[in-house]
Amino acid sequence: MDKYRSHLLLCGGTGCHAAGSREIKDELEKELASRGLDKEFKVVETGCNGFCAQGPMMIVQPEGISYQKIKRSDVRELVEEHFLKGRPVKRLFYREPASAETIPGINDIPFYAKQQLIVLRNRGLIDPEKIDEYIARDGYLGAPRALLEMTPEEIINEMKKSGLRGRGGAGFPTGSKWEFAFKSQSDVKYVLCNADEGDPGAFMDRSVLEADPHAVLEGMTIAAKAIGAHQGYIYCRAEYPLALKRLDIAISQAREYGLLGRDILGSGFDFDIEVYQGAGAFVCGEETALMHSIEGKRGMPRPRPPFPAQQGLWKKPTVLNNVETYANVAQIIYKGGDWYAGIGTATSKGTKVFALTGDVQNIGLVEVPMGTSLRTIIFDIGGGIPKKRKFKAVQLGGPSGGCVPEQHLDTPVDYESIARVGAIMGSGGMIVMDNHSCMVDMARFFMDFIQDESCGKCTPCREGTRRMLEVLEKITHGEGEMEDIKLLEDLSSVIKDSALCGLGQTAPNPVLSTLQYFRDEYEAHVLEKRCPAKRCHALVKFVVDLKKCKKCGVCYNNCPAQAVEWKKKETAFINKEKCVRCMSCISNCPFDAID
Amino acid sequence: MGKLTIEDLKRLREDTRKKTVLREGGATVNITVHMGTCGIAAGAREVMDVLLEELSQTDRQDIHVMNSGCMGMCSSEPNVTVEVKGQEPIIYQHVDKNRMRQIFKRHVLKGEIQTDFALARIQ
Repeated sequence: MDKYRSHLLLCGGTGCHAAGSREIKDELEKELASRGLDKEFKVVETGCNGFCAQGPMMIVQPEGISYQKIKRSDVRELVEEHFLKGRPVKRLFYREPASAETIPGINDIPFYAKQQLIVLRNRGLIDPEKIDEYIARDGYLGAPRALLEMTPEEIINEMKKSGLRGRGGAGFPTGSKWEFAFKSQSDVKYVLCNADEGDPGAFMDRSVLEADPHAVLEGMTIAAKAIGAHQGYIYCRAEYPLALKRLDIAISQAREYGLLGRDILGSGFDFDIEVYQGAGAFVCGEETALMHSIEGKRGMPRPRPPFPAQQGLWKKPTVLNNVETYANVAQIIYKGGDWYAGIGTATSKGTKVFALTGDVQNIGLVEVPMGTSLRTIIFDIGGGIPKKRKFKAVQLGGPSGGCVPEQHLDTPVDYESIARVGAIMGSGGMIVMDNHSCMVDMARFFMDFIQDESCGKCTPCREGTRRMLEVLEKITHGEGEMEDIKLLEDLSSVIKDSALCGLGQTAPNPVLSTLQYFRDEYEAHVLEKRCPAKRCHALVKFVVDLKKCKKCGVCYNNCPAQAVEWKKKETAFINKEKCVRCMSCISNCPFDAID
Repeated sequence: MGKLTIEDLKRLREDTRKKTVLREGGATVNITVHMGTCGIAAGAREVMDVLLEELSQTDRQDIHVMNSGCMGMCSSEPNVTVEVKGQEPIIYQHVDKNRMRQIFKRHVLKGEIQTDFALARIQ
């Protein structure tokens, strides 16, 4: 009997692997076999399901019941109770944080119910290592149409009609980019995929590659036909071993089926893809640096023009798009540009995937139509801020982006609206911060990252970011002066105007946007030598506020250095000589009573 | 499998889809075998096996089989509930292999409710 009555879809993205989903899979198969259920239940390892905070996750179909945070020790109970006796295990259901209500059905969980999936449409539904399952979900419908029925001009027109813009962050119209490369005369052209996802807190591209690699291969094949290229490269960072493994499997399966290689599907068109592993330098996400890296040179940007569409990889016309951009392409060709253009706002079409992280209940991968408000993403889908704290700001676009404060939470996500409030769409990292986050410290973190990752080619970026970091460190150490804030602004404008590549030009953004919205915090650090969020160690006094202290002893119990003196029904006291300034007391105090 | 033609691709899509479509829900018939301890003791396991055997012989993708716990009428086990979309669910009692085959062939496939061993219609 080859017909399973139920499929157990177990999440197998990097996040869930780290949380133990591989052991769970082995245990599950063992338990099912020992009860003779292995012919009725099929265990399928899917890519990332999106709800990473609740992983490892398993969805039982056809019932549609989802289990969250499964441990190996839960497997036996699941098999005995649910699969053998038909009694779903309630304690492993999703529990709504606000109401503590359990929700068994996957589609009833608010996190999923409010998303619209195009790029992530196969998430949690297919085994990414089986090309047949991708094909069954309407995969490889777009590429055959492009190869057999369409001319390059028609493909480019369809892409223009769709209004798709680059999902790497800059938002350049994909159809126009392809058109430039198509019009460049050359014997050899290249199609590249940028999978060098480097922004802190971003993991969209990794998840797409892990969950649905064929969607990217198909998109690249269509791009190749559009511009007349026969060779493609995927530039993927070596820190993504699972994505690399699944890409390799996907490419070899596509070659075996003749969906890559010579004379694809009898169309006479040749195209093949190779994976190039990057060593994880942030700057190699910049297009010209990425191309240098593939050529075997040091990954450094060069001035543009000439643009890659004229002179790219090995000085040949090249199209470079991001993973998420390619993942949209096959569906646009299959369903038509008008279909895609029907989703989103006037200037930004389609959907966008965000990696929602930070101080938010539902950490995970979120795909929403363009035009959805930040509030909807963070509060309705993300479930709001945990620990009864307050929202402070959301950081968009990583080191090139900025933060959006509460008063702009109703901003719709599209390229222009986000830029208007001082951030950028970016590749889709969305880091939520609560009122315990220090904005100066956040700016310092990003500046530290940038100056670490600066390639050093141009002086404004190499020296300028170094100086900015020094100033920010000075302020967070409580040694800042008012001139320092002015200096930060001056340095920012010089770097913006004079840095060579996009990364340098946008490097001051985290500082500028925090200065715009949270100048008072900078001033508190400088003038009052006080960190309002109590994050900057040097500015915390470690003194118990006797009025606020409720004598609960949590600080006493959490102090690793026995520096807190406390007895029942007495206020706590912190012994400065023993205190190691580890912040454990502050982060655990339920009453915010330590200054 | 070697290189595909466009027809191979289409066939492959349809064949694989039959195996994976149950992941997307959308059943028109849900059959539930009640498999509490009482049900299993009364023979629900064999009933389930027969049901799966019957199911694998059809080409229908929209019939989903599930199991559930005891529904409280232990004396009438094994119980099987058949719910055709848009109709009220019918519970069958004292189901054995032959009754299961009959229920599947007549009720599930042809829509004829087998009143002889129906226990109840859930309103």
